[in-house]
Amino acid sequence: MTAFSALARRLRRNLVVIAGLLTLAFLILPNVVVTVFSFNKPNGRFNYDWQRFSTDAWTDPCGVADLCGSLSLSLRIALWSTIGATVLGTLIAFALARYRFRARSSVGSLIFLPMAMPEVVMAASLATLFLNMGISFGFWTILIAHITFCLSFVVTAVKARVMSMDPRLEQAAQDLYATPLQTFLKVTLPIAAPGIVAGALLSFALSFDDFIITNFNAGSTVTFPMYVWGAAQRGTPVQINVIGTAMFAVAVLCVLAGQLLGRRRKRS
Amino acid sequence: MTATATPGTSGTDVRLAGISKTYGDFTAVHPLDLSVPAGSFFALLGASGCGKTTTLRMIAGLEEPTTGTVELAGRDVTALPPYKRSVNTVFQNYALFPHLDIYENVAFGLRRRGIKSVKKQVGEMLDLVQLGDLARRRPHQLSGGQQQRVAVARALINHPDVLLLDEPLGALDLKLRREMQLELKRIQTEVGITFIHVTHDQEEAMTMADTVAVMNAGRVEQLGTPTDLYETPRSTFVANFLGTSNLITADVLDTTGDDILLRAGDTKLTLPATRCTATARTGEKLLVGIRPEKISLTHADDAGTVADGRNRVTGRIAQSSFIGVSTQYLVDSPAGSGLSVYEQNVERDSRLVPGAEVVLHWNPAHTFGLDAAQNIEAGTDVLEAVPDAREAGT
Repeated sequence: MTAFSALARRLRRNLVVIAGLLTLAFLILPNVVVTVFSFNKPNGRFNYDWQRFSTDAWTDPCGVADLCGSLSLSLRIALWSTIGATVLGTLIAFALARYRFRARSSVGSLIFLPMAMPEVVMAASLATLFLNMGISFGFWTILIAHITFCLSFVVTAVKARVMSMDPRLEQAAQDLYATPLQTFLKVTLPIAAPGIVAGALLSFALSFDDFIITNFNAGSTVTFPMYVWGAAQRGTPVQINVIGTAMFAVAVLCVLAGQLLGRRRKRS
Repeated sequence: MTATATPGTSGTDVRLAGISKTYGDFTAVHPLDLSVPAGSFFALLGASGCGKTTTLRMIAGLEEPTTGTVELAGRDVTALPPYKRSVNTVFQNYALFPHLDIYENVAFGLRRRGIKSVKKQVGEMLDLVQLGDLARRRPHQLSGGQQQRVAVARALINHPDVLLLDEPLGALDLKLRREMQLELKRIQTEVGITFIHVTHDQEEAMTMADTVAVMNAGRVEQLGTPTDLYETPRSTFVANFLGTSNLITADVLDTTGDDILLRAGDTKLTLPATRCTATARTGEKLLVGIRPEKISLTHADDAGTVADGRNRVTGRIAQSSFIGVSTQYLVDSPAGSGLSVYEQNVERDSRLVPGAEVVLHWNPAHTFGLDAAQNIEAGTDVLEAVPDAREAGT
């Protein structure tokens, strides 16, 4: 009885930690499954039952037709839409945060529309637009569509940062002999950088795994998420798990590196 | 209190000519002429919204004057942007660059001017403000007082013609503020650069500055040494804003001699003609001012012991409050109610309690005369203004 109550007390005391760990497990479990099954050697075409350990897929990640082609296309689109959305979004964020102009508030709310709109609606309307304009579907239509929905995320992240920036910092820079260009490069940009980086990372992730909008505007072009979808109808090659695990590992490494850098900077 | 401005050698004249600033219908600064002697510690004193910060920002180039010109070292810089003026500012709340460490903050100005080897100068400057060992810290890791010193170092390292300080001590607690007042004064004496200091704190202005300009509603009310301003205020605003004054409305009886004779209630007062800034005409009114600490308090029973030739007013103590070094009394009299008297707590007369009949007396030489046609209350309520409220229009 006492042992039980002691245990209960301990549980109660660590309830937050336990709840946190369980949530974390809930989040990570799918990734663990993906990783484990990347070492599977399935009997049929479907990689859903564990058979035996093998590193075949890891040694030959491009072994399946078209997989690496679609992957590299997805990476290229993600890269370019990140660059495009980050540059445009940062400019818009500065304009919205710094200047008063006609229709400023309506621009501010319209920017959020792609974020709030159901993806399928945006996908269909973009497709209609491209069709009516006679633009053939492919790399460029995907890129334009991705920049469109990434923009609002960049604007949100950067605008928050710019709004909270003390305007006197820029005045101080000017007072200390910095020309407007130097002020922007040496003070404004570095201070806004965390917001810009956050927006860019978000853009990359969103663009890389987007399926619905891409599917509507890709034509015969196949991105990685589309490839996975298509493959799942006919069978799931283990290589998909390999790519998934690798992406996850890269993301985790990026986060860890960022944390380490931040900690070292704080300590010095 | 420092008496006179001590012109240094390396400072430069700042001359404002007819400078003004309006925002729409609101006039932040009325056309203003101001000359700051080289190497002096100059204070712009006033309540929030009086235009002192706007004036400072126009000198820095952060605000464009609506009319008038700004001259630095005899050169018209009105059209120059801030980064082309040899002035540096210590901002309210310091505005240190959060993404740079202390060393790089201090080196910022030198680097912008293309100076490559900054190590020696930055080291010297950090030593001057006693922060050498914190060079690699970030601003947010420093205390308020340390951040303040970094802001001073960051500005001074450029050897500007003029250093502008915008409420630099406003964010510090009282004890630290006192320390930093002395520290800033020391630094100013050491580097000999002209300092223009904006503050709403009259004590701060008087302790630090050689010359103080008291501003009110976009105008300079009076300019002079702290002693001048305190002993001979020229307007009710200055009289009330700098310390406390008793202002009594009196009728002018005679203006023929060296002293002006006046009557307030049932008492006659004398005022040296030289200490009256208004034109006194017999039969008209005048405001007679006297500082509370200049007044002596004697119990009515001992009225005979009061020396001849002193101004005397009889009254009754309405209130007294003991504040350690002194006791503050409020006295009602026919000449005026609620007269303030500060008595040192030396050989206190135990009969001086509320309700006691007393004689207030003082040396006529401490009396000052003001034009009666102004608001007697001007400058009394502004003390309650929020200390770090940002000024209108800035």
